[in-house]
Amino acid sequence: MAVSSRRSVATAVARKDLLVEWNSKILMNQVAPFAAIVMVMFAFALDNDGILQRVAPGLVWLATLFSMLVVVQRSFAVETADGALDALRVAGVDPAAIFAGKAVALMVQLLALEAMLVATAVVLYGVEMSLVGLGQVVVTMVAATVGLGAVGTLYGGLAAGVKGRETLLPLLLLPVVAPVLIGATRATEAGFGSGGTDVSEGWPWIILLVVFAVIFSAVGSVAFGPLVDE
Amino acid sequence: MEHASFIIGSWVLTFVSVALYARWIIKRGRELSRQHNHQDLPWT
Amino acid sequence: MNITAHTRQSTGTPATRRLGVIAVALLVTLAFFGLWFSPEDINQGSTVRIMYVHVPTIWVAYMAFVLTAVCSAVYVSGRDRSLAWDRVAGASAEIGVLFVAFSLVTGSLWGRITWGTYWVWDARLTSTAFLFITYIGYLAVRRLGGTMRQRARRSAVLALLAVLEIPLVHFSVRLWRSLHQEASVATGGTDVELDGLMLFSLFLGLVAFTVTFVWLLLHRQRMLWLEDAMSAQGLDAAIEARRQEAVR
Repeated sequence: MAVSSRRSVATAVARKDLLVEWNSKILMNQVAPFAAIVMVMFAFALDNDGILQRVAPGLVWLATLFSMLVVVQRSFAVETADGALDALRVAGVDPAAIFAGKAVALMVQLLALEAMLVATAVVLYGVEMSLVGLGQVVVTMVAATVGLGAVGTLYGGLAAGVKGRETLLPLLLLPVVAPVLIGATRATEAGFGSGGTDVSEGWPWIILLVVFAVIFSAVGSVAFGPLVDE
Repeated sequence: MEHASFIIGSWVLTFVSVALYARWIIKRGRELSRQHNHQDLPWT
Repeated sequence: MNITAHTRQSTGTPATRRLGVIAVALLVTLAFFGLWFSPEDINQGSTVRIMYVHVPTIWVAYMAFVLTAVCSAVYVSGRDRSLAWDRVAGASAEIGVLFVAFSLVTGSLWGRITWGTYWVWDARLTSTAFLFITYIGYLAVRRLGGTMRQRARRSAVLALLAVLEIPLVHFSVRLWRSLHQEASVATGGTDVELDGLMLFSLFLGLVAFTVTFVWLLLHRQRMLWLEDAMSAQGLDAAIEARRQEAVR
């Protein structure tokens, strides 16, 4: 398949997913409030301003992962509900293009969520960061999100259209994204300056996130076809 | 022997679990293979 | 072997029966050597006796997961689309999960005596826990339903993804630990100096548990064959019944 047509298919799939989201507003009306309430619940559970500031990065990324599970399920529920995924495959559409499109749509949604969560951490947990720190947090978010989007799409596709996928997806997905949680949390700690960490300490972790993103984007576009095939 | 309960415990746990798993495999294997002809089983 | 053994239908054959006897004999011998004949370690004392179970079980688990990956790779590569590869992969992963569990439990019992805690956030331990969870997920995917081909394809891709995931997790956990203070519990006094009899016991453990693994694997994958054949029969019967209905 020509590169240009692959790209246009990917764009079409991504645009379609985002349009579905734009019309239903599930992310805005349900997932984002869910993520926000998780942040509030963390504050109840930990019940100490000092601790909250210290662990804010970890909480931001935990809330991201939990919300991501919901978003991924949603992303494939719209495909399997009316057999759209099957239709695309029967039509001979390149699975790598479908993968790319769905991953990009997922990444856009995750980025929006993460921006909201970081803002929540600043407001609720009293996180203070420098401009350089903010820049690093943004880079971290982008690197982590590419990895999460690729892995989420890959495993979401596997669990799509199967009974009991709601319970299966977390079991499959969470162990795989553990490196992202570790890397993104440490990098964000450096960006937030929690516990006296310096901004420069974040870069090795961002490299880890980039490696993860590259590997799973490449593998995902190869493995997505066989996973959703048949 | 010092810490005998921990040491014996870990051995007993492992061996008994393997034995139970093996017993389940044999029993279930017998149950299932009874519903097939002897000649159909590829390993006979 | 005797006649009754042949008339009785099972997943066993004379060969596996012999193998089973060897496995039991080896395990019993191991128990004598590990718990009785072998001396106590200079540093670890009697706790070294847990190692004769702990080390072989994790070895078997690693071997089982490698076998799962190899069989999955053969299936996915398409050179041989026989479902036998899928069944061996599935059986091997199940036994692997069981053996990782043994290793984790015996390891934490050992840690409780030596370090004073059941769990230490050490890179090796943590990634072993992830290994355990990952293959539990793999087994869950195998039970998802759908056709046998779907199961084989899905689980094979998942097993290959696990090969990628495990080193990544291990690497990142190691990076995570290296920047933290070392576990404050004493790590001194855990070196093992193996003398001849101890080395022999450990080696015997590896052989005994490997033979046990082979025996379990043979039976388990035959059981999977039977289950597959049953569900295929059930499907045929259902189609036949539907056809009868249509004719009527």
